[in-house]
Amino acid sequence: MPNAHITLTVNREATEIAFAPYKTLLEVLREDLNLCGTKHGCELGECGACAVLLDDQPVLSCLVLGVDCGGRCVTTVEGLAVDGRLHPLQETFADLGAAQCGYCTPGFLVAAKALLDEHPNPTRDQIKEALSGNLCRCTGYQQIFEAVEAAIGRSAEGLALRQPANP
Amino acid sequence: MNIIGKPRRRVDGRAKATGQTKFADDIMLPRMVHCKLLRSTAPHARIVRIDAARARAHPGVLLILDGRDFPIPYGILPVSQDEHALAVDRVRFVGDPVAAVIARDELTAFEALDLIDVEYEPLRTFAAPEDSLQHDDPRIHEYGDRGNIHKLVSLEFGDVGRALADADKVFEDTFFYQGNTHLPIEQHAAVAAKDPDGKLVLWSSTQTPHYVHRALAKALDMPAAHIRVVATPNGGGFGGKSDPFNHEIVIAKAAWLLDRPVKICLTREEVFYCHRGRHPVLMRMKTGVNDDGTITGMEVQTVLDGGAYGSYGVASTFYTGALQTVTYHIPAYRFQGCRVFTNKPPCGPKRGHGTPQSRFGQEIQLDKIADALGLDPADLRLRIVEKPETLTANYLRLGTIGLAECIRRVTRAADWSSKHRRLPFGRGVGLACSSYLSGAGLPIYWNDMPHSGVQLKLDRSGGVTAFCGATEIGQGSDDVLVACVAEVLGIDPIDIRAVTGDTDLTPVDLGSYSSRVTLMMGNAAIQAAERARDLLADSVSRKLAVPKDRLVFADRRVFDTENPSVGIAFAEAVQLAEAAFGTIGTTGSYTPPRSAARFKGGGVGPSPTYSYSAAIVEVDVDPATGWIHVPRVWIAHDIGRALNPTLVRGQVEGSVYMALGEALMEEQIFRRLPPRLSHALVHKFPSILEYKSPTTMDMPEVFTELIEEPDPRGPFGAKEVGQGPLLPVMPAVANAVFDAVGVRIDEVPTTPEKILKALEAKAAGKPARYGPSHFPDVPWPEPLQVPPPWEGGDGKARGPERATPQVIQS
Amino acid sequence: MMRLPHFRFHAPRTVQEAADLLASASPGEAMIVAGGTDLLPNMKRRQQVPSTLIGLRGIAELRAISNGNASATLRVAPSPSRGDGLTIGASVTLSALVGDERVRRAYTGLWQAASQVATPLLRNMGTIGGNLCLDTRCNYYDQNYEWRKAIDFCMKKDDRSPERAALPGRAALQVCWVATSSPRCLAVSSSDTAPMLMALGASVDLTSAAGVRSIPLADLYRNDGIHYLTRRPDEILTSIRVPGADGWKSTYWKLRRRGSFDFPVLSVAAAAKMRGETVEAARIVLGAVASRPVASENAAAALVGRRLTDDIIAEAAELAAVPSRPMDNTDFTLVWRKRVTRDFVSYALRELRGDETTDLRRRLHAWHVVPGV
Repeated sequence: MPNAHITLTVNREATEIAFAPYKTLLEVLREDLNLCGTKHGCELGECGACAVLLDDQPVLSCLVLGVDCGGRCVTTVEGLAVDGRLHPLQETFADLGAAQCGYCTPGFLVAAKALLDEHPNPTRDQIKEALSGNLCRCTGYQQIFEAVEAAIGRSAEGLALRQPANP
Repeated sequence: MNIIGKPRRRVDGRAKATGQTKFADDIMLPRMVHCKLLRSTAPHARIVRIDAARARAHPGVLLILDGRDFPIPYGILPVSQDEHALAVDRVRFVGDPVAAVIARDELTAFEALDLIDVEYEPLRTFAAPEDSLQHDDPRIHEYGDRGNIHKLVSLEFGDVGRALADADKVFEDTFFYQGNTHLPIEQHAAVAAKDPDGKLVLWSSTQTPHYVHRALAKALDMPAAHIRVVATPNGGGFGGKSDPFNHEIVIAKAAWLLDRPVKICLTREEVFYCHRGRHPVLMRMKTGVNDDGTITGMEVQTVLDGGAYGSYGVASTFYTGALQTVTYHIPAYRFQGCRVFTNKPPCGPKRGHGTPQSRFGQEIQLDKIADALGLDPADLRLRIVEKPETLTANYLRLGTIGLAECIRRVTRAADWSSKHRRLPFGRGVGLACSSYLSGAGLPIYWNDMPHSGVQLKLDRSGGVTAFCGATEIGQGSDDVLVACVAEVLGIDPIDIRAVTGDTDLTPVDLGSYSSRVTLMMGNAAIQAAERARDLLADSVSRKLAVPKDRLVFADRRVFDTENPSVGIAFAEAVQLAEAAFGTIGTTGSYTPPRSAARFKGGGVGPSPTYSYSAAIVEVDVDPATGWIHVPRVWIAHDIGRALNPTLVRGQVEGSVYMALGEALMEEQIFRRLPPRLSHALVHKFPSILEYKSPTTMDMPEVFTELIEEPDPRGPFGAKEVGQGPLLPVMPAVANAVFDAVGVRIDEVPTTPEKILKALEAKAAGKPARYGPSHFPDVPWPEPLQVPPPWEGGDGKARGPERATPQVIQS
Repeated sequence: MMRLPHFRFHAPRTVQEAADLLASASPGEAMIVAGGTDLLPNMKRRQQVPSTLIGLRGIAELRAISNGNASATLRVAPSPSRGDGLTIGASVTLSALVGDERVRRAYTGLWQAASQVATPLLRNMGTIGGNLCLDTRCNYYDQNYEWRKAIDFCMKKDDRSPERAALPGRAALQVCWVATSSPRCLAVSSSDTAPMLMALGASVDLTSAAGVRSIPLADLYRNDGIHYLTRRPDEILTSIRVPGADGWKSTYWKLRRRGSFDFPVLSVAAAAKMRGETVEAARIVLGAVASRPVASENAAAALVGRRLTDDIIAEAAELAAVPSRPMDNTDFTLVWRKRVTRDFVSYALRELRGDETTDLRRRLHAWHVVPGV
């Protein structure tokens, strides 16, 4: 079967890409765009590791057809930093132990970003709910909740939570 | 201390929060091709014929391998070399790899799997330990202690019969602990290639690159010096990536034959088949106590459902009986363990390795003892806590023991005394304690070499590179390495690059298992850093004319402690030293102290020191449905010293999380179809959806207390934290259920169905419990008699050693 | 990584275009995909291998929620449809449904059901039409190809192994491993919204190249794990029509192991029209206890003309539990799921009565936070 050929916006950049037409967005990102920050843990929609923002909504890239992404706007973990500055969530996740093995982290980050974009001041319950489609086996979630709370109210231009020992 | 003890961003924090950490499946190489494994659809069968002609002809297929390509067996333990990369003649469980397809892309490889015809001749299916105990034939393996019994252990320390006879009361209970699995979110993945020099390199998500290195050399019959194994950061391990695996050996061979990089990434279903998770264990415990709660003696018997291969199973068997003695004083102790083979994925080490099962039974039984004696469960434990720096009945040398303080702190935090037996019906609290190794005292294979080595390269720029074979699996081993070096040399962690888990570049560290990395690598790192500091201090002392012992290393400077303005920059100190001594490189290594145990089997259990934990779990039980909800958990952990409190808390909370999954919902269970219609024995639900792992919505609040009483054996006093805090949670849940509704759930997991059945039994006037009632007949050998230290024992067995024919080092 | 099989993809812009594409495909060859959250995992496991996919995402008319439920062909039994009701396009995502104020205000049960489907990420993708057409689920069926091969397949997919046919005592070639004597597949209806929309008296529009037909939602389902829908292969479920709330209160209670991800393994959808404290009309529908949502008419009848006292609730709960026939092919044991059916019915009725249930919902993980509230 001939390659699919689409144009879309990936991390704010117009992107033209050809790929095997059976591929999901997850496979296109990782294998054809070399954006390996997006992970996978089941490819069946059961773990949340492959979450990306699609037209600003967090979705599971393992269940999005690549051929259905023409003209759409994708944000991955690689696109969270703006102008060389990490997103506040990235700072707080790194500072507060929210990333242990780091494998589920990209999925949590995009889900948390979507939450803060829509609800800048969420409660703990709302954070739990918004992140309830992402599994983490390392942290027990508490440090993830705390990292999201620590990022509340800090704009993307804001300073890191505390001056990290290794900036 | 400038770095140690302060909450701090981990050294790999930025990489992980930006998605830049390169996991095995993120490696993309030019000309790379893909591998898929054809796995057995029969639980136990002879392979009559494999015909891969159609697959070979499939467009895009490059190579097909089967068992004939891998004649040499391997296995993690020297005594259990029972695996082949691909099945030779026999398959032993549904999921056992039979053939491999390497193709230009993964879909093509997958499609070709179905074009391989395998003819199986079914053999008797062994679904449960009772089957394996009753039927010696056909043997699943041609080795082991007897028939389908893999391992029998029988040890006695003191006269347990008399100790029980002399007790005021004897408690006997039977418990069952269901199997469960690690479920790391990262599926196992690996890439193999022939490097430009013509040597083999394997990148793999493994916790034990050194052992994989050895297994590859053996199974492929290649010189180890021409094989490089790189452990990529693990996307979660928990013990599940501690064995050498089929897929690693298969792609190594394929890359060698094709001279192209070969990648494999297992599906989630295949991860369930790799397993090596928690053994299902049936156990019987008999404990004698006096009316004041002191223990007179204890007997533990365990039957482990090992699955189809040995894995770490011999060690797991010993571990089900090794650590009973390290929490409470037990003057006489007998342990008998039996591991059987069954036609299921092999069990192995999961967080707590072999000890959570018997800890579960022991802590519930203590709760029953407290109830029967009219004692508060916390007071009872405080009375019998073992003393520090003790040699136990089974010759484990204990270090510092913060258990009593753990109990005091956790009961205070949870307001235990106003809750226990005082909450309304349906609500309850339960307490349990535990202990765990800070590293196994012996390596997997017998040798006299260090368990961990660290090399430092000090650059004239002021940068330092720390090399160590330890593996970052999320626990923060890179951070420990860097923090220890930075503290000693007085520089910032960002000044240090960690190079880890690479058998070509780094000195051996045995791997991320048995909670050994912080203590062993940490000590090695301190030694290497102190040697470097000594070289620098020599040069600086001469330059500044300040006595060496007055020099302080801090804030990237070396200065006079009596006159801090007299000093030089760290980089300059390196330059002085380099000028004086040549290139600056130092090493450090760590070897655990020699074990006091001299009997066969005494190799499992010794550790440089032990961590301690106590947990209180609150539950809410609906008596109408049995539904159980956990709103809060309090836990105190004796860490010795928290090197980075942020990471320590993460390990404690992560342990509580994983423990609650085990306690309430996680089960690795199997389905046997009606034998008259089918031979099938399959994993019931090898999916991340149906294997129930707690979500954000299920996680209770956790209140963590760290007990810091530095242990001189640990780096800066640190002990382990990765596994111990998991152990007390499961029995604390069961004890809380008893407090809430008055029934005992002597099984893991504690589910609504079981609670309701126990409540119904209670209402019908039957014993108010749910749990196993029978313990199978096991042909136990006569116990090996080892007199405990207080009976003048020297750690050796009495009389000729006869019980355990194999020498087990770990 | 699990990979999809090869397929052709079409992205029609109108319902007509989609229906024409479907009509021109040979039977069984083409399938509709909306959110993809049900079909794509099934395709990766090779439970379904359509050679053509017709994606509905580009059809704007299917993404609207509009006031009113008028339908020329609607022939549902007279229902309490004073008030406008709602027409929900089949491609409305579950998140959009949950975020719709009209739904939350007037159809509490539907809001509760939709907000408990799977996870927030999956609700951003999955559609209401997809949830109503959700493939029936079973632990013997929702498995990879090789796993199913290891049990010699089952009647829902890839059955008829010659080896099993040769075994003595097997009259039929087809087997349902859930109950080997069962003549039909026992896979479980696992939709959260289907029982609730049935309890709300909804109907659905099915559109083909030949035109539109509207049927009561209850008539969409059959108690057969394989042929669980009456939808013809050339039809597309295009919209859902919900009668006006008009004094009806509704509630949805879901049993699942965890507070997220899990399909229901028992659910109770209840709706009642009250006059003062007296029940004027009621519907109780059980989910995940059969291959279709099961209405418990006896229980509903027992409530009519009565006040929701504890005794009446207990009586109705016992009656409602009668048709509950869980099988051993989901999470939790079937005996226990059967046993707690009455408890879940009573939770629903107590909530309809006005009891405070916040704590109970939290304990059962059957709660949902209103975003931004």
